[in-house]
Amino acid sequence: MSPEGINTAVNIAGVNFKNPVMNASGTFGSGMEYYEFVDLNRLGALVTKGVAPEPWEGNPVPRIAETPSGMLNAIGLQNPGIDVFIERDLGFLSEFNTNVIVNVCGHSEDEYLQVVERLSDDDRVDMLEINVSCPNVKKGGIAFGTDPKELKRITELVKQKSLKPIIMKLSPNVTSIADMAKAAEAGGADAISLINTLTGMKIDIHKRCFSLANRTGGLSGPAIRPVAVRMVYEASHAVNIPVIGMGGITNSEDAIEFMMAGASAVAVGMYNFHEPVAMIRIIDGITDFLSENGIADISEIIGCVD
Amino acid sequence: MADSFSFCYSRDMINEKARIIKSERLADQVFSTVFESRVAETAYPGQFVMVGTKSDSRLLRRPISICEADREKGTIRLVYRAVGYGTKELSQAENGDSFDILGPLGNGFPLDEAQDKKQIILTGGGIGAPPLLQLARALRRTGIGKESVTAILGYRSMKSGLFLNEEFAAEVNVILATDDGSIGTRGTVMDAIKERDLKPDIIYACGPLPMLKAVRDFAADSFIPAFISLEEKMACGMGVCLGCMVKTSKKDSHSRVNNARICTEGPVFNAEEVVL
Repeated sequence: MSPEGINTAVNIAGVNFKNPVMNASGTFGSGMEYYEFVDLNRLGALVTKGVAPEPWEGNPVPRIAETPSGMLNAIGLQNPGIDVFIERDLGFLSEFNTNVIVNVCGHSEDEYLQVVERLSDDDRVDMLEINVSCPNVKKGGIAFGTDPKELKRITELVKQKSLKPIIMKLSPNVTSIADMAKAAEAGGADAISLINTLTGMKIDIHKRCFSLANRTGGLSGPAIRPVAVRMVYEASHAVNIPVIGMGGITNSEDAIEFMMAGASAVAVGMYNFHEPVAMIRIIDGITDFLSENGIADISEIIGCVD
Repeated sequence: MADSFSFCYSRDMINEKARIIKSERLADQVFSTVFESRVAETAYPGQFVMVGTKSDSRLLRRPISICEADREKGTIRLVYRAVGYGTKELSQAENGDSFDILGPLGNGFPLDEAQDKKQIILTGGGIGAPPLLQLARALRRTGIGKESVTAILGYRSMKSGLFLNEEFAAEVNVILATDDGSIGTRGTVMDAIKERDLKPDIIYACGPLPMLKAVRDFAADSFIPAFISLEEKMACGMGVCLGCMVKTSKKDSHSRVNNARICTEGPVFNAEEVVL
């Protein structure tokens, strides 16, 4: 509840969020690097960088390239592995009063399930987000996220192992996002989040080489926002489970646009790099918008454009 | 909050709009910009700042090393080559213009390693020279005599212009090298070291990758320490995006793989600890 008596809280799969704003996985670490700038207690949730059973090295550099109103990345899900994550990152996050959503990645079905099992009964974790949509790892990731049958199957397997609500993070690199959303719902997903990055490429014409060592990378930032809004609209109208919308959010107006398209909550991604305190500004801006427009409860705007 | 976590980052990091108070062109494509900035309060040699652009479509900040930080005046000076959008925009900015500055960032050159060393060499290749100027001054301030410190500065040519060399000369001995031999040794900073048969006890280096590799090999062959400053494309500058990795010889304590973040564990590394 915000000071003016406006309700900004949302409920996703039985989990209460004090407001609908969180970060997109991979753009905020586990909050350790940012907590001096950003009061983590104010966030609706903190979504961790993807974690796998073992440490991953990620891709060669360059891993980053700036593009118009956005960036390409090909990090390759570098992560320290679940053991270090549980001790270090979850230990840190348990100090803060915010929901913790752990992003789970793997090279194989079994690897996803190993991480899910390790976190399933950890009190410090509120939800799990399953990353079946990373375009930058060869095995796993997007392979599960672009075929509806595979997506449904891995969702079922994860649900069998998890006591936590499951968010399936969807790839935009598909023909029909509605079909993918339905597949996740059919597999038992408690929520879906979208969009992950769009596969892109940049070439350095002076050096005659790819700007990223991985050749392709995931495009994020305001450049992808209209695509993301359209997909959030289509997905949220295809399923009855909540949608967490993301893709190029820079301010409260962008966040509200996603919510009107059908998102119950939103995530800020690339813009955290541009402006470390962006999420706080967006949280305040949403409250101001509701107040100025005489809206008592944020749920009134979710999916209001139909 | 969370102070009990030793791995957390307690950094004197400033995120501010900083105003330009002086700009000048030093050489072909090389510019100097002085900001009024609180970053000056804690910056030490070898650290960097992330500088934003004014464009709505160029959203990543640019990492630029700090050439000078004047704590009393509250100013930092950046010297950079204007090659891309961000650095060109910065080079054309006028006094009074403001830019988003985040810093100071990263780990700089370890000054204590130079104590008791008789022959300290700083090698700056091209636009790698600027962070070494603050290092030269800081070394002198620790009581090290001018005779013990030599900066070897490599440039393209007299025609494209030398920069900062006179300011280095006020602090330390200076040896010049140019690609075309128009002044000083013809060749690289390593050619200058070999030509004079210098026997350094320690090297601090910043410059292009081939130079850094040559410095690393020379230091290894001479059984002396070398500290090198690296650069890489990065998005955040704060250790989050994991864009700016360098391979490491041992497992890194943060990543738990053979990768260290140039922005956070670096940009200055012991040459033995990284794989170039």
